[in-house]
Amino acid sequence: MQLTVWTYEGPPHVGAMRVATGMEKLHYVLHAPQGDTYADLLFTMIERRNKRPPVTYTTFAARDLGKDTAELFMSAARNAYARFKPQAMIVGASCTGSLIQDDPGGLAKSLGFSIPVIPIDLPAYQRKENWGASETFYQLVRAIAGPKAPPPGTKRAERAPGQRAKCNLLGPTALGFRHRDDITEITRLLGQLGIDVNVVAPMGATPADLTRLGEADFNVVLYPEVASQAASWLQRIFHQPFTKTIPIGVSATREFVREVAGLAGVDPEPVLAAASTRLPWYSHSVDSTYLTNKRVFIFGDATHAIASARIASEELGFKVVGLGTYSREFGRDVREAAAKYGVEALITDDYLEVEAKVAELHPELVLGTQMERHIAKRLGVPCAVISAPVHVQDFPARYAPQMGFEGANVIFDTWVHPLMMGLEEHLLAMFKDDFEFKDGALPSHLGTGHAPASAPAAAEVAVALPQSAPVLDGAASNPAPVATAPTGAVWAPEAEKELLKIPFFVRGKARRNTERFANENGVATITVETLYDAKAHFAR
Amino acid sequence: MTVHVTGCSTATADQLVSREIRTESGQREVFCGLTGIVWLHRKIQDAFFLVVGSRTCAHLVQSAAGVMIFAEPRFGTAIMEEKDLAGLTDANDELDRVVTQLLARRPDIKLLFLVGSCPSEVIKLDLSRAALRLSQRFSPGVRILNYSGSGIETTFTQGEDACLASLVPELPAQTDTKPSLLVVGSLADVVEDQFARMFEALGVGNVAFFPPRKSTALPSVGPNTKILMAQPFLPDTVRALEERGAKRLAAPFPLGVEGTTGWLRAAADAFGVDPAKFEQVTAPNRARAERALSAFKSELGGRRIFFFPDSQLEIPLARFLSRELDMQLVEVATPYLHREHLAEELKLLPIEVALTEGQDVDDQLDRCRIARPDIVVCGLGLANPLEAEGITTKWSIELVFTPIQGYEQAADLAELFARPLVRRAKLVA
Repeated sequence: MQLTVWTYEGPPHVGAMRVATGMEKLHYVLHAPQGDTYADLLFTMIERRNKRPPVTYTTFAARDLGKDTAELFMSAARNAYARFKPQAMIVGASCTGSLIQDDPGGLAKSLGFSIPVIPIDLPAYQRKENWGASETFYQLVRAIAGPKAPPPGTKRAERAPGQRAKCNLLGPTALGFRHRDDITEITRLLGQLGIDVNVVAPMGATPADLTRLGEADFNVVLYPEVASQAASWLQRIFHQPFTKTIPIGVSATREFVREVAGLAGVDPEPVLAAASTRLPWYSHSVDSTYLTNKRVFIFGDATHAIASARIASEELGFKVVGLGTYSREFGRDVREAAAKYGVEALITDDYLEVEAKVAELHPELVLGTQMERHIAKRLGVPCAVISAPVHVQDFPARYAPQMGFEGANVIFDTWVHPLMMGLEEHLLAMFKDDFEFKDGALPSHLGTGHAPASAPAAAEVAVALPQSAPVLDGAASNPAPVATAPTGAVWAPEAEKELLKIPFFVRGKARRNTERFANENGVATITVETLYDAKAHFAR
Repeated sequence: MTVHVTGCSTATADQLVSREIRTESGQREVFCGLTGIVWLHRKIQDAFFLVVGSRTCAHLVQSAAGVMIFAEPRFGTAIMEEKDLAGLTDANDELDRVVTQLLARRPDIKLLFLVGSCPSEVIKLDLSRAALRLSQRFSPGVRILNYSGSGIETTFTQGEDACLASLVPELPAQTDTKPSLLVVGSLADVVEDQFARMFEALGVGNVAFFPPRKSTALPSVGPNTKILMAQPFLPDTVRALEERGAKRLAAPFPLGVEGTTGWLRAAADAFGVDPAKFEQVTAPNRARAERALSAFKSELGGRRIFFFPDSQLEIPLARFLSRELDMQLVEVATPYLHREHLAEELKLLPIEVALTEGQDVDDQLDRCRIARPDIVVCGLGLANPLEAEGITTKWSIELVFTPIQGYEQAADLAELFARPLVRRAKLVA
């Protein structure tokens, strides 16, 4: 048993639902007790989908267990077939459904529907959501594209001269982190290269579309967590190569352009020359000097975590102090990436372990999931969200891809805004002795609604200064020490007074650093000297 | 509007028997009883709820809890894994380990509920024995109880019933012979305080609320206890209290002016409060509530409303909306209908109303689309899809989480139904 407070991934049948809900004209009949229908609201409320997910639950109850639950499954499947008239059906069981061992696959086959019925067997007590999505997509591709496979040993026909190359985009699902916009961005980029998109799957595809997967020249794997397995099979059976580079960040997008151009036999240089992205220039501008070596902690699914570490380190000039993932299946890739930054990867699905690590590392920015957003909030550290599990906020009304050149622009803004802003940080250093800097002074971007009882006169001047403090939800309104680590050291009164001279929005950090320094050096009483010793120690 | 419960009924006992109730069984779009944890953990402030279940349970509780409002809430899941399913002794050892780990982490916990789930029920993991064993180990510091919130046993609000029923054996026996009143069912603290003041003014002394805010302050129960149900979904709890000698007072539920008055009157009558005094104490509140409600009458009067089954609050809500706001009831569905506990409500419900017990969600959606009601009350899974079809909805879950009982909340309750209609009318794009 594993004690959990929050979980990063749902059960594997939710992964199957993400595939089914992303697709059109596919229906999922799920042998599950009442209560498992909660999963519908992930799609209708979090993603704000305007339709119910295409899932029929058998919703068996205790009184059914003594009777014929198999018949219950068959009537649910029959009704779903008649009502929704899907092109194909997937059938399976949720965790409890699997315990009653009714064999949905066999039962559904016996109903003799005239459409493909694909059993999806998901070991609910071993695996999780992303694995479930991957397995479901793989089984669908096998079952539906498989019949079109060329005989073993045949070579792929050469593309006719003058004909544009075609590829499939694999991996986007319902409830995916910015999948909707990534598809648009990558389709556009491929179009600029003269490459057509044959099928996007699972998102937006019908089962009929899946029969055409083999017609593409190669596959673009956007999200390996979902698409690797299917892409490997397509490579084996249809001899379609697939891309390895994930186009998140400027450098990775450039590499991606070269990789797909190679596979399609086109010239990448005109597209690379014409590519416009503001990230590199914004990073070079003096305003970004303050970003130098900002200590950043990164946690998310493997794809987004690895890509984020590269952008943070190479494109924004941060220092990666922690990198981790909850995707155990991709633990090796994350470990390899972490080694590049001289850190040990944190591979865990235990939220409490991640929290402990963040507290220990004292990062200046957290890039994580919604879970890390909460961790960061508790610790008073700025945070930006880079990965699923998703939240309603991760489905913005505006266009906000993560992939491609526009994705890089979006990432620059999203990560930098929670931090103190460029020139403002320099000014803060210059004005740090100003008498107007006191606890009541409001960050300029926060309205009066967030005001702690502040002197209006002071606020006016403070607001005029471009001080725009970090989005420390907790810290701004509660300048008291933020979740200080247990400490043996005691503050001398003068040192405490000196600490109060430090602007409140960095005081928490100064306090933590000083206490940490005192503990590590066996200092029992923190004096003014200790404070400055610590400042010197942590100075860069 | 003058409201009296007695003499105001629209149906006779005979008609009640003949009232037609459609019973449906099929796909249900209803939360399971685990979801009760979301409000119970706020109510009993020193309790922790540990679901013994699957990853699905953990995911459900997390999703239903509004996706992480609290950085570290007082609930969690012991997720069963392959190895736990292999042999039961193993699962018990594992559970002990997880509970020990949890209590070490949260020394503030005084009451721990082991909450059974579908998988733990199906594999017949004996949580009552586990609770007993762990209680011996951690007493007197921590009390450990168990109940089932599984979706094969319970729907949504029934989780609270199972939880409270598990607490009943822990209630101390009443020692004095003075009659006491026990209000049963979670109410928001603010509502509880209003009712406490009301009972005080009426001279109904010795009032306790169950569940209590602190698990260390359990009310006593015995033959002199009179039960007033604050929620309609508590049959097991009430039965367990009756087995301890308590007597249930027949009353409508305290929703709207009429329901609140009937509810308070049931207590007042049982405690021999002079009718004149009752009138004197409640009149100002009634008048104030009616004044506040009148603002919504023009908004809601004549509008047609359709209830999907969710919390078992549907019947009292429908009674309030039809009688105090003149709304027309197209269909009122409830996951379960307790004929006896809802008898006072059913008397007040228009006789021609279509009542449904249980659900077949696809058939019900068909009926709803044909009826085209002005507003639909439904769960979160259905709300946005119906809105997208142009049907105005009210999320039913808000009716469980929001303080809606009593005089002071009557207009708030009406507003919950008026707001979606106002919104739809405002939006032009």
